[in-house]
Amino acid sequence: MRSKLSTLFDALLPVIATLAALAVGTVMLLLLKVNPIEAYAALWDGAFGSANSFAETLVKATPLLLVALGICISFRGDVINIGGEGQMIVGAVLATWVGLTFTEAPGWLIIALALVAGFVGGGIWGGIPGVLKAYFNVNEILSTVMMNAIAVQLMNFLLRGPMIDPAQAELASKIPQTARLIDEFHLARLAPTRLHAGALIAVVLAVVVYILLWRTIWGYRIRAVGQNPHASRYAGIKVSRYMVLALLLSGAFAGLAGAVQVYGVNYRMITDGSASGFTGSAGFNGIVAALFGQLHPLWSIPASILFGALLVGANKMQRVVQVPSALITVLNGLVVVFVVSSEIWRHRRQRRRLAAAGEEEAQPKPDQPQVQKEAGQ
Amino acid sequence: MITELFSTTVLIGILASGIRLATPYLYAAIGETFSQKSGVLNLGVEGQMLLGCFAAFYVTFTTGSLWLGLLAAIAVGALMGLAMAFVTVNLRAQQGISGIGFYLFGLGMSDLLFQRLMGTVETVQGFPKIYIPGLSEIPGIGEIFFNQNILVYGAYLLVPLAWFVLNKTTLGLKIRAVGENPDAADSLGVNVARVRYFTIILGGILSGVAGASLSIALLNVFQQNMTSGLGFIAVALVYFGAWHPVGVLGGALLFSMVNSLQLWVQVLGIPIPSDIAVMMPYVLTILVLVATVSRVRAPSALTKPFERDE
Repeated sequence: MRSKLSTLFDALLPVIATLAALAVGTVMLLLLKVNPIEAYAALWDGAFGSANSFAETLVKATPLLLVALGICISFRGDVINIGGEGQMIVGAVLATWVGLTFTEAPGWLIIALALVAGFVGGGIWGGIPGVLKAYFNVNEILSTVMMNAIAVQLMNFLLRGPMIDPAQAELASKIPQTARLIDEFHLARLAPTRLHAGALIAVVLAVVVYILLWRTIWGYRIRAVGQNPHASRYAGIKVSRYMVLALLLSGAFAGLAGAVQVYGVNYRMITDGSASGFTGSAGFNGIVAALFGQLHPLWSIPASILFGALLVGANKMQRVVQVPSALITVLNGLVVVFVVSSEIWRHRRQRRRLAAAGEEEAQPKPDQPQVQKEAGQ
Repeated sequence: MITELFSTTVLIGILASGIRLATPYLYAAIGETFSQKSGVLNLGVEGQMLLGCFAAFYVTFTTGSLWLGLLAAIAVGALMGLAMAFVTVNLRAQQGISGIGFYLFGLGMSDLLFQRLMGTVETVQGFPKIYIPGLSEIPGIGEIFFNQNILVYGAYLLVPLAWFVLNKTTLGLKIRAVGENPDAADSLGVNVARVRYFTIILGGILSGVAGASLSIALLNVFQQNMTSGLGFIAVALVYFGAWHPVGVLGGALLFSMVNSLQLWVQVLGIPIPSDIAVMMPYVLTILVLVATVSRVRAPSALTKPFERDE
């Protein structure tokens, strides 16, 4: 009974952290001389007020969820991928290239190829830091940051040069964007809103990633490496290989997010010269969503919807009570800080439980057998 | 046109702006060196810089005092450092992730305050160049090294100072001990928490100054997200410099010299697409990391929260 209660408490920690962030947000709104109730009402209305706004929320949540799925994989493998922005960009570039090059092919084929291209592009962009970490001992935080900067420049170069929309190329003030994909290549709409099939794909993939992480040997090894690389090595797991795999898959899902953004929302690649000009910072916010979902692919679904709602609602809030939508970025940051800070209580209770169990049985069961079983294969 | 790059005036120009551009990286990366030496990875540098950037600019803009602006950046940086220290030392939160949280906080907060308090991009008169009699007149050298503003000089003075503190003082010994083996340091009576509080707050202060150096000494404007990844690169430079202030200086100089070179390449109209040119410092950094990092070991306790066995 007590363990059930504490599981519930664990699950509620992120919610408590969000409430705490919203409380700080309330204070900030008061300081900005804005009625918080009015502001949050606008936020809610903007995110869930009508079928259209709810659809917008889901549209915003889709890339967050895809990025978050990748983050679940890499963070479980104890590799920190903050290169989601760059991986989204490279995935989107490859996917867009597919759609703009093979205009004669049937729609279903191109969409499928484009999604694969996005997956591969992001995979390459995540795989490089993976290889650098595993075989050259280059810290992945740094290399993914650098790869972000490189991807942005690559995008700007391509969108201003080789891949520019022919219509824009003739104008004096060229908007960096590609030509529009033909209608046959657009991801299907799910309702008379902007909601597209990408959302469905993301949810299906959440289940796939869950199965991958907890029901397959690769997932098991990625998590084992994440929890204890030394023990994993003794157990015969090729640690380097699984580090690369974790980052590669993580990048691949971000790349897919980029492809879905192009084929489901914009129908072209467009930017303002910055990474967020294309990604809308989904590469970063996806990390927030994954953490909020406790690095669990299925919990990442509601988490992504929550943050999608915050982003969409923020626009409405900006219009109604004139609070800059940057407030939401602040709250996102606070949610992350509060969530990681609240972990301490979970750890404390876990230890207390272990200590109690240790007193009951003279010898607590060590975790070893699991790892040894792995070695036998 | 390539040959133009090698004329003396252009070379001097490249070197002088390279020296200047290294300033924010130096402040932020030296600060980060302190916190990493004590075992704390602060990924929130970018956020601290942005807030420092804004605080310095806004206070200078409204009061007209550059020094008050700098002080504001220091105060904001210290506060951000204090929060980070509480979260990572007392609450033992995962450092990389809480750093991302602080980054987002600083990114949003600086944007929010900018839109609320200013709304439009303004400029200020930044710290003036300091003329050093004698030194500034040396041909070439004077132009490159001794024709800069006070924050630039400060950044370079910080390097030997940091080296001295880290390697030649008791405080430095404590910092290194806490970063290598906190348990041993603790058993010898070093207050691990206090040392880490000190280094993280120092890191925050220096990140704040790094931001100020952008907004009131080098560029003299404030725009949303104006650091655009500079803080993350500063973190990278610490690894690059192998946790040694002089190594960090080398990395910062290499990075900013290549950056300065690509700026001049564009100024001179050499036909390399500017987007590709901007990419170069990042590519180079990765390549150098590949070539060097594998031989150097990070502080053993880096990213590991300390907890006393009771």
